[in-house]
Amino acid sequence: MAAPSYGLIATFDTVPGIYHAAEQVRDAGYKHWDCITPLPIHGLDKAMGVKRSIVPRISLAGGITGFCTGMSMIWFTDKFDYPLLVGGKPYFSPMFAFPVSYELTILFTAFATIGGMFFLNGLPMHYHPVLKYGQIRRGMDDQLFIVIEARDPRFNLANTKALLEQAGGKDIKELEA
Amino acid sequence: MAHAEPSAAASAAILTEVKPAVLPRAVLVEHGRSFSWITDKICGIIEEKTPTWWWYCFGVACFVACFTVGGITYLISTGVGVWGHMNPVNWAWDIVNFVFWIGIGHAGTLISAILCLLRQKWRTSINRAAEAMTIFAVVCAAIFPVFHVGRVWYAWYLFPIPNSNYIWQNFRSPLEWDVFAVSTYGTVSVLFWYVGLLPDLATLRDRFEAAGNKLRSFLYGLFAMGWRGSNRHWSNYEMAYLVLAGISTPLVLSVHTIVSFDFAVSLLPGWHTTIFPPYFVAGAIFSGFGMVLTLMLPLRAIYKLEDLITQYHIDCMCKITLATGTIVGYAYAMEFFIAWYSANPYEGFTFINRAFGPYAWAYWIMISCNVITPQLFWFKKVRANTTLVWVLSIFVNVGMWFERFVIIVTSLARDFLPSSWGYYSPSIVEIFTFFGTFGVFSVLFLLFIRFLPIMPMAELKAVTPQADPHGDGGHH
Repeated sequence: MAAPSYGLIATFDTVPGIYHAAEQVRDAGYKHWDCITPLPIHGLDKAMGVKRSIVPRISLAGGITGFCTGMSMIWFTDKFDYPLLVGGKPYFSPMFAFPVSYELTILFTAFATIGGMFFLNGLPMHYHPVLKYGQIRRGMDDQLFIVIEARDPRFNLANTKALLEQAGGKDIKELEA
Repeated sequence: MAHAEPSAAASAAILTEVKPAVLPRAVLVEHGRSFSWITDKICGIIEEKTPTWWWYCFGVACFVACFTVGGITYLISTGVGVWGHMNPVNWAWDIVNFVFWIGIGHAGTLISAILCLLRQKWRTSINRAAEAMTIFAVVCAAIFPVFHVGRVWYAWYLFPIPNSNYIWQNFRSPLEWDVFAVSTYGTVSVLFWYVGLLPDLATLRDRFEAAGNKLRSFLYGLFAMGWRGSNRHWSNYEMAYLVLAGISTPLVLSVHTIVSFDFAVSLLPGWHTTIFPPYFVAGAIFSGFGMVLTLMLPLRAIYKLEDLITQYHIDCMCKITLATGTIVGYAYAMEFFIAWYSANPYEGFTFINRAFGPYAWAYWIMISCNVITPQLFWFKKVRANTTLVWVLSIFVNVGMWFERFVIIVTSLARDFLPSSWGYYSPSIVEIFTFFGTFGVFSVLFLLFIRFLPIMPMAELKAVTPQADPHGDGGHH
């Protein structure tokens, strides 16, 4: 082992293949590893031991912010800053402020959801060791990969390679960091 | 009391285990296509040399779009008086065209959001193009309210931005609600579309890199944000997509509800009705599915996408058109019934006037296109004839434009006092402006099919049998 490597990558051809391999890597106790798939695979999170995404919490925070923004903006403009009497209606009422606040709830939720997704995924990240792998193009097309990182405490070149081989991985290669 | 031992014959008749009936699932990708076939098929559309027909269509679309540019330029340089509306019809084609286009957009959101929540997997092959249709329809719709304000350089007054008059928007007005509804709708539609595109842009990035096209690889890569198909990313991505679908569903229902408030909150007979919100939403989805069929059937034929847009997909779209068209027909009948039942002479007159007054021609075009046409979709033979389905989808589009015309113009032209009745006809400037929007829409749509994947590859792969981790194609 000359230069320190990022980790090991193994290729799988079928979805059931990677699913069962992921279960084995999970059970072997690895933490810093990943599956590269061209499609979202139903149940792979569980097979990998990935916890439920916390994106909805960020969405909720965005939604509450949006609703409060709408209500306070309308209160500020129509009641506080420049009260204007229109048709004898109250200066402020949550009734007529509702449609705009409702739309802003959705708008802010959308931004929070997408921003949260990018933040949690650490994107944009245009350079990544995995993207340097020659065959990674197939990972956006029809092949599936498991990557186990060298920084994982259980990582051991020989043993990890053996685990991936035993799990059915092919073309096991070292990734340069 | 002990049971007698059952005889051998009887025990064979009693099942030890009762399995639920297995219903065959509709095949969403025909001929058992592989993952790489899907990638090659969809990316091939972008990678191939620009076909000749595309250039012809693009040229025609640009020419037609010039009519909108010309109409608007003339309007701005001369003033709003160049449009045909005047007392008593002060709101005509501008708002008709706005509601028409925004309604078309709604099918895209319905397909991408509501059908996603309902786990209708057939949406996957049409959702990308339908979402693109939504965004371009919103662009066309936005032209009309922006320019009908008159002095368009003051259009920013629509938004609460501090200005030299120190005055704010009137948030009691449904028109102001509409500003927020439509701008939120446009923004969220773009975001939803972009999130869906993310994995496919990464596929294109890598394919163009392999092909040695550095520029396109860079551009697709820039927008792909470094997506690398990581399952830890997919986990957050899928959740974000679900949340976006969850918020787009109330959004799409609220947008056309608020559009209908523009009318329903007024006191004009024919507008002042509580049925408007659901009736408008159903009409929007009806017209949108008409437009989806109008666009997808030629695309399917040109790019030989029969394995991805199957007869099952066409059946589903026709059935939704039938269902929403029937709701629209019911709403027309119910409007008449309430006009009579309310015993309000003005309300009653408005509806008699719609069907038999000076605009009766528009009313009967509307009825024949929107009520009679979709009923043909009951027949399997009609749904299997793609040419006929395409022709009928055009009728739906025409009918829904006339619906908005009938609602808006007939109610304004003859309201309470006969002394203030009138008759509205559009001027050539309005006709040009509206005609041109079809060009604007087509230009955008043609650019879309040339540069972006018209179907979500990752989602299509996920509905194939080989995407099932348990290998039996239907188990969950």
